[in-house]
Amino acid sequence: MSEATMTAPTSGGRPKVSKISEAVIRIAGNSQDGIQAIGGFLARLAGRSEQEVMTFMTIPSTISGGPSIFQVRVGSGEVLSAGDDADLLIAFYQHSYEDHLKSLRKGGIVLFDSDHVQPKPEWQQEYRHLGVAISSLTVEAIGGTGKDKGKNMFVLGLVAKMFDLNVPKLEKLIGERFGGKDESILNNALTAFHAGYSHSLDNVMETFRFVEGQKRAGHQVVMTGNEALGYGLIAAGVRFGAGYPITPWSDIMELLRRELPKYGGTFVQCEDEIASISMALGASYAGRVAVTGSSGPGISLKTEALGYAVMAELPLVVIDVQRGGPSTGMPTSVEQSDLNIACFGGHGDSPRVVLAPANVEDCFYTAIEAVNIARKYSVPVVILTDQAIATRIEAFEEPNLEKVCQDISPDLTPIADFKPYDLSASDGLTRHAPPGKRIASGKYPVVTGLEHDEMGHPTGSPKLHMAMNAKRRNKLRKLASELPVPQVYGPPEGNVLLVGWGSNQGPIREAVDRARAAGDSVSSLHIRYINPLPPGLENIFSGFNHVFVVELNDEGIYGYGQLAGLLRARYCDAKIQGINKTDGLTFKVKEILEQTRARLAAAKAQPATGVTIQRI
Amino acid sequence: MSSPVTDIPVRGGNITAVPPLPDSERKPLTKKEMSADHPTWCPGCGDFSVLALYFKLIEKRKLWHEKITTIAGIGCSSRFPYFVQAHGVHYIHGRALPFASGVSLSRPDLHVFVFGGDGDAFSIGGNHFNHTSRKNIKMTYVVMDNWVYGLTKKQTSPTSPPGFKSKTDTWGAVDEPINPMKQAIAAGATFVARTTHTNPNHVLQMMEAAMDHDGFGFIECLSECVEFYPGAFDSSNPRKGGAFNLVPETHDVTDEIAAYKLADEPFPGRFGIFYKVDRPTKNKLEAGINAKAQEKVKGLKHWQILQQNFDRMK
Ligand SMILES: Cc1ncc(C[n+]2csc(CCOP(=O)(O)OP(=O)(O)O)c2C)c(N)n1
Ligand code: SF4
Ligand SMILES: [Mg+2]
Repeated sequence: MSEATMTAPTSGGRPKVSKISEAVIRIAGNSQDGIQAIGGFLARLAGRSEQEVMTFMTIPSTISGGPSIFQVRVGSGEVLSAGDDADLLIAFYQHSYEDHLKSLRKGGIVLFDSDHVQPKPEWQQEYRHLGVAISSLTVEAIGGTGKDKGKNMFVLGLVAKMFDLNVPKLEKLIGERFGGKDESILNNALTAFHAGYSHSLDNVMETFRFVEGQKRAGHQVVMTGNEALGYGLIAAGVRFGAGYPITPWSDIMELLRRELPKYGGTFVQCEDEIASISMALGASYAGRVAVTGSSGPGISLKTEALGYAVMAELPLVVIDVQRGGPSTGMPTSVEQSDLNIACFGGHGDSPRVVLAPANVEDCFYTAIEAVNIARKYSVPVVILTDQAIATRIEAFEEPNLEKVCQDISPDLTPIADFKPYDLSASDGLTRHAPPGKRIASGKYPVVTGLEHDEMGHPTGSPKLHMAMNAKRRNKLRKLASELPVPQVYGPPEGNVLLVGWGSNQGPIREAVDRARAAGDSVSSLHIRYINPLPPGLENIFSGFNHVFVVELNDEGIYGYGQLAGLLRARYCDAKIQGINKTDGLTFKVKEILEQTRARLAAAKAQPATGVTIQRI
Repeated sequence: MSSPVTDIPVRGGNITAVPPLPDSERKPLTKKEMSADHPTWCPGCGDFSVLALYFKLIEKRKLWHEKITTIAGIGCSSRFPYFVQAHGVHYIHGRALPFASGVSLSRPDLHVFVFGGDGDAFSIGGNHFNHTSRKNIKMTYVVMDNWVYGLTKKQTSPTSPPGFKSKTDTWGAVDEPINPMKQAIAAGATFVARTTHTNPNHVLQMMEAAMDHDGFGFIECLSECVEFYPGAFDSSNPRKGGAFNLVPETHDVTDEIAAYKLADEPFPGRFGIFYKVDRPTKNKLEAGINAKAQEKVKGLKHWQILQQNFDRMK
């Protein structure tokens, strides 16, 4: 919690009010306690105020019950990550208290349910303890039958009081959420909320008030990364998708199944992931780019068909919401260990495009970009997101939907003559004539996974195989040459460059900010275009003594992670090293800083070949 | 923040638009206009007749090049699309049905035909066969059953009869074969028929009936592999001293149990339509869902529909 100005304690023993610019609140309970709802309300409220918000959620792998947490960071400035240490911990149970107290900063407040939690004396020195009989007070407020129901709304009331939140706005949000259902549900929710809000906080040392955020021109929308991807696809004009359920990809398929019919589109739940990608490819072939997706094991199943899409040069969007692997792995943990399968999975030489959005907002625009790259280059595009982006809620500036929504209906105008795999095409690109399109010459193409000639008919000619391999590879070189050179965050030259991708962008930038504030020469580079890589990276790398690739995957047999491996292969630069972990959680800022320091110390003790490499 | 959005490509290159040609000015396609590559099948392969009869069907029913899509997996039989002068897809082994489903569900204006072998259909593609059947996705599926893996040169297939000496069962096949008729009926297929390449008129009749069926029309067509399983179907061929027995006229095609009983008859069994019922296709059911959903957003542009969602997320 960064404090802006402090106001003196008010007279009469009431808690003092401190002005703050941001706060990290961690709510720990069980999954049935509705703590996600508290987080959701806070996030939405922040989105409707002039505040930035970023949330972080762990979902238990068991279906119901089981510990669950939700962390929300609300700030008046730019919020880059969900925050390392919490300012306020709300603990529903003893296990929530014991497991999460260490996530609280020293001096932070733990608000616990005194009906369930027995505080530990040794912790009371370091953390401010505040016990409220949440369970019994909720029962008292809304009646005794509801068991655990309503506790979350009571807690929301407490939080609203503690942070002086805008009550009318919260009431409106509660109304929107529970309105339309049984009236008693809304009434109970509001009653519990007000009971919490009016609960005396006299024994709290201080309460807080957020400083005003900067006025924004437009509205903010608040959603998860999975939602942003789903809606992005709709905006892009995608009207067909197919998939098979798997966490955390399922949200996207459920959203598309629900929404696409409004647009005359269809999403099919298939018998497996192979059928899903095949069906999506069928729809793409029929003239409009379609989508499939999965997580973990499902991605492995799709690789044969993905190779077909490369060979047949069919456009397709494949979403991979990464989770911990290999095999069934860690289904609800975040990991970035599918980069290799996304870029290289499958047999044969099969160049394809891989994009990795950096945050929730980026998910929306990446979906559109993926569709357009797939169309323009007739190539499958993999969107690599991860469990962290997929489930967290962020507020971002509302897109101009009228402007970004596009129509990509197939063009069925008859044509004179046609060669899909035209080797002499000036742009080097393949175009398909969708079925239904009459070709006046009477010569129709075949789309195939066998090596083929320009009409798609099979060939065993080594010369043609080489020419077609070159065609499939060169179009991606062309794409690479058109990509923007990524911007270095921080000075473009210095000692350390932290390279990241996907959801690591936020914590890495925050690490840069902190390191620079402490006087260290650290910059960062975020890579969105994983395959092909954007131009100009070698020049950027040459400006630094150390390049550390921060990624949530294992350091592997040779000591660096998957993006680091790709960069080393591409740039032959041994100063590219890895900072890796696979503990199932996103990087904390301090972890990045600690590992950077450790790497630097190791390099000093025993200079790696790369470090001594001459700068160009 | 927004990321660069690539421009929607402009169609160019070798593509010149021509005016549409009204159906009234079109003549049925000739065999020459329908043939593409010369088939690579072994001389005498049963698959030739299936191809010839597909051409007959296109001619007889005045189907235009662009209105049909021919899709196949991998196998000798699955090379079919290369030999047809129309939009075609040679997909991967066993997965032709889901690919074809994607075409069928997104393009109601097309007729989708799928051709393939017994291994493609019942082994690697077995589960897709079940699910396409039960979902009743509109298309015509002809399995050219030769009781063997032809393309990979004589391994046991899921329809090989016990005792068949293949390269993977040199002592004779031991596993219980799949009965395609029973499989299809049990999976919920709505049109299930059986024919053989040695009776061209019957093949054409079955193809027409399957094509006219509003749903998933499945035909098992015995198609001899002269290379690796010669004589497999002689006992169904009157010219080779066998018997070609039609489904009895008294058979009720909507009677599932009766159909199952017919399918139980030992080889050569019966030929004709075993089972045919009307059940709404997935194509229709999805269209119904869409009509209902679109009723609620009538008159709105697509971006406005999306805007409704975004307004709820503020
Ligand atoms: C994933 C995969 N596995 C195996 C093969 C090799 N393969 C090609 S065709 C075939 C079997 C073909 O048998 P069938 O479907 O009966 O067709 P036929 O050649 O008899 O017409 C096999 C095993 C393949 N192409 N792909
Ligand atoms: S191997 Fe058999 S199935 Fe294949 S083409 Fe030859 S005869 Fe036909
Ligand atoms: Mg076969």
